[in-house]
Amino acid sequence: MSNQSAVLDEVAESVSESGPAGILGGPPERESISPGWFRDQQRAAWAEFQSLPMPVRKDQAWRFSNIDALNLAPYSGAEALAEVDRHEILDRSTELDNISGRLVFADDQFLGRDVLAENLRKSGVIFQPLERALIEHEDLFRRHFMSQPATLGSAKFAALHLAFVRSGTFLYVPSGVEVELPLETFHWLHSDRVAIFPHTLLVADEFSKVTLVEHFRSTARNRAGFSCGVNDLVVGPGAKVTYISTQDWSDSALSIQINATTVARDASALNLHLGLGGKYSRLESLSRLTGEGAHSDMLSVTVGEGMQEFDARTLQDHASPHTNSDLLFKNALDGRARNTFGGLIRVEPHAHFTDAYQKVRNLLLSDDAEANSMPGLEILADDVKCSHGATSGQVEEEQMFYLLSRGIPAAVARQLLVGGFLNEVLDRLPQPPIVAKLEALIAQKFSRR
Amino acid sequence: MVKQASPLEIERNAGDFAYPETHTHDAGIGLTEKTIHYISDVKEDPDWVRQFRLNAFRIFLNKPMPTHWASKDLDAIVFDNIRYYLSGGTQPKRSWEDVPDDVKRTFERLGIPEQERKFLAGVEAQFDSEAVYSNIKKAVGEQGVIFVGSADGLKHHPEIFRKWFGKVIPIGDNKFSALNSAVFSGGSFIYVPPGVKVKHPLQAYFRINAENFGQFERTLIIVDEGAELTYMEGCTAPKFNTATLHSAVVELVAMKGAKLQYITVQNWSNNVFNLVTKRGLAHEEAEVKWIDCNIGSRLTMKYPGVIMKGRKARGEVLSIALAGDGQHQDTGAKMVHAADETTSNIISKSISIGTGRATYRGLVHIPKHLKNCKNNTECDALLINATSRTDTYPAITVRGTGNSVQHEASVSQVSAEQIFYMQQRGLTKAQAMSLSVNGFVNDLVRQFPMEYSVELKRLIELEMEGSVG
Repeated sequence: MSNQSAVLDEVAESVSESGPAGILGGPPERESISPGWFRDQQRAAWAEFQSLPMPVRKDQAWRFSNIDALNLAPYSGAEALAEVDRHEILDRSTELDNISGRLVFADDQFLGRDVLAENLRKSGVIFQPLERALIEHEDLFRRHFMSQPATLGSAKFAALHLAFVRSGTFLYVPSGVEVELPLETFHWLHSDRVAIFPHTLLVADEFSKVTLVEHFRSTARNRAGFSCGVNDLVVGPGAKVTYISTQDWSDSALSIQINATTVARDASALNLHLGLGGKYSRLESLSRLTGEGAHSDMLSVTVGEGMQEFDARTLQDHASPHTNSDLLFKNALDGRARNTFGGLIRVEPHAHFTDAYQKVRNLLLSDDAEANSMPGLEILADDVKCSHGATSGQVEEEQMFYLLSRGIPAAVARQLLVGGFLNEVLDRLPQPPIVAKLEALIAQKFSRR
Repeated sequence: MVKQASPLEIERNAGDFAYPETHTHDAGIGLTEKTIHYISDVKEDPDWVRQFRLNAFRIFLNKPMPTHWASKDLDAIVFDNIRYYLSGGTQPKRSWEDVPDDVKRTFERLGIPEQERKFLAGVEAQFDSEAVYSNIKKAVGEQGVIFVGSADGLKHHPEIFRKWFGKVIPIGDNKFSALNSAVFSGGSFIYVPPGVKVKHPLQAYFRINAENFGQFERTLIIVDEGAELTYMEGCTAPKFNTATLHSAVVELVAMKGAKLQYITVQNWSNNVFNLVTKRGLAHEEAEVKWIDCNIGSRLTMKYPGVIMKGRKARGEVLSIALAGDGQHQDTGAKMVHAADETTSNIISKSISIGTGRATYRGLVHIPKHLKNCKNNTECDALLINATSRTDTYPAITVRGTGNSVQHEASVSQVSAEQIFYMQQRGLTKAQAMSLSVNGFVNDLVRQFPMEYSVELKRLIELEMEGSVG
């Protein structure tokens, strides 16, 4: 941290070296059947990306972040994938056993999908790649596409995303339709130093119900790559949306994920993020409660080790009276892993009768692990109940002793205790088959050491 | 609701007056190197102090306003419209009889009777820039305690003063510490020799008297090994039309095993920018405790800190903020753990009334390879009106295993049930509200010295009367 300026100079140098081949040279001119408004937005976004400054350490939204990690020069847009790779990746793209549908993308290319159940299609559910939705459902798509500005620090990266986005998921659930089984998507980083821009737009109409599980992965554990994703969830009146993202990029990957969830009257949203991979991974998550009776759960589990850095920024924005939100983030940090949490509960004037909670807990497993917590409150209404808590501690010696005295090896005992620590978050998800998968992914990370 | 004629209203307005200004030294309006030289000339600074001031001035000019995180209201400060030095030109007085009559009248209006000195070990009152009155009870003086103005301290006790001056809070710590370092005048210097336990609290009152005049006092307190001291500081200021700036620097040093308690009741008038840097250095097994109560000012930014440098050192901040109409109390605490087994505790309670805004801003830092460090932080905010605002912005860094940190904050409203219960027993709504609010801060107020806790309770009552009904 002390030689920050020296590192910045290096970054500046490598930027100038990379030339127009990388993403910093701008989006490629390619033949496109996208509508004109979309291409106009992309051009404007590129201009915006260029005009906005890179974050600096002094920005409050980037406090404690290792901004030196944000060197975009090495990354370039994706080339077409070889047929053999496409097949191999498709074969690896299953996680949940019982699903309503699945979309698979690698290096920003749509590889294939499993059929959406016939009855759902008949009832009007749309689950298709963004590039098709742009044309087939232009009005619906346009109404919600990138409609929430990125306010948690990454406006520049949201512009970059918009300038480059070419693929992703569009999910629309019509009024009153309940999708029983979850839908699943995969986004893969495959080629060396590729940059991808995964996009998800989920629109749940009145009183509908849906669960979407997204997996972000690399095909090789050590390959560098950059993902700059946006996922917007629009939860209509009375609707129920569960959104789960599992992030297991390669240990060399750089990622920025920008989420905005808007929750209307009597609707409820549950966001659960699992952070396992990546070298530097930033998650910006906004829950905006716009109607009375709206409810939002924001959950996250992070397991960091080695030199990994996780950077989470959240905003619980209460824009209407009688809304509630509940955030629980738990981080288990080993090796030299760093975690930064910057969260804010904002209760706007007139948003009385708000209940808002925010809890961050860090479990430090080594002497070099680091946890930074900035739980914030901004309350501009008076009839509210808000609280937040942040704790940092370690595995309790007594618990460890108990397990050791029962003959359980130290490594296993530690994993059990960490598992127990993280389970409080996973248990909040009322879908046991998905919880089991998430637990398996966490166990897989432990077994990788 | 009929307002009760309470004795409080008199106290509340006690600071709302000004006497004709008869200053013999006046550095004029605005700040240039000339101003610095003028102050140094008048104060007959040693050369190293002059250089210190000039260096600080350059740092001040180069530092940007911290508006990227702090209130934009700071931009309302026009540094060129402020007087940086005024002085009656008189030497600090040691006996009451020598104090000029109009200054005595000021003290009377503020309710500082002569008798009070009997209860206090010494009174160091600052009228504008210079200490005009300074008295320590014989007993304390005989114990070897030095209690003088900071100007005296730097002239007559350089061997102690210079060693610690600017060491706890470096010039460039922030823009306002740099400003203070450039133009400081007044403030106290206290040294308590090893093993001396000062029984009675030492006390100083600060006032601002001249319009557009910033007060830049500089206080340095050193409590040597095993010694103990409680220091109290309270402020009132006359009300003026244009904004006034108060920017103090207070450095505390607690040597091995020492105990130091610093109590502030801040009640500047509502046009004062109160931008103060306060920090204590706690050596092995030492304890530094800040009790900080902010009631007045337009904008207060103050985050008392403790650097726990020695093993088993302890830091504590107890903070009460009352933000009334148009006020912004941006207060908090800074706890830097720099040795094993250090513990810190922060308890903050704030009340926002009318359009008032109370902000808690905190920093807790536990670097790696420290063992058994603990921090506990509790922030509770109470909102009285729909237009009131409260914010909490803590930043907590913990590295390594073996340390534990917990932070909790809550925001709530006065319980409607409680109010109903009390009204049903015949109390007016205002009485019920002020009882309830007093209950909210009671735990903390009890830790204040008697006269402060009484005054505080009355001030809360008064604020509540205006905010309901």
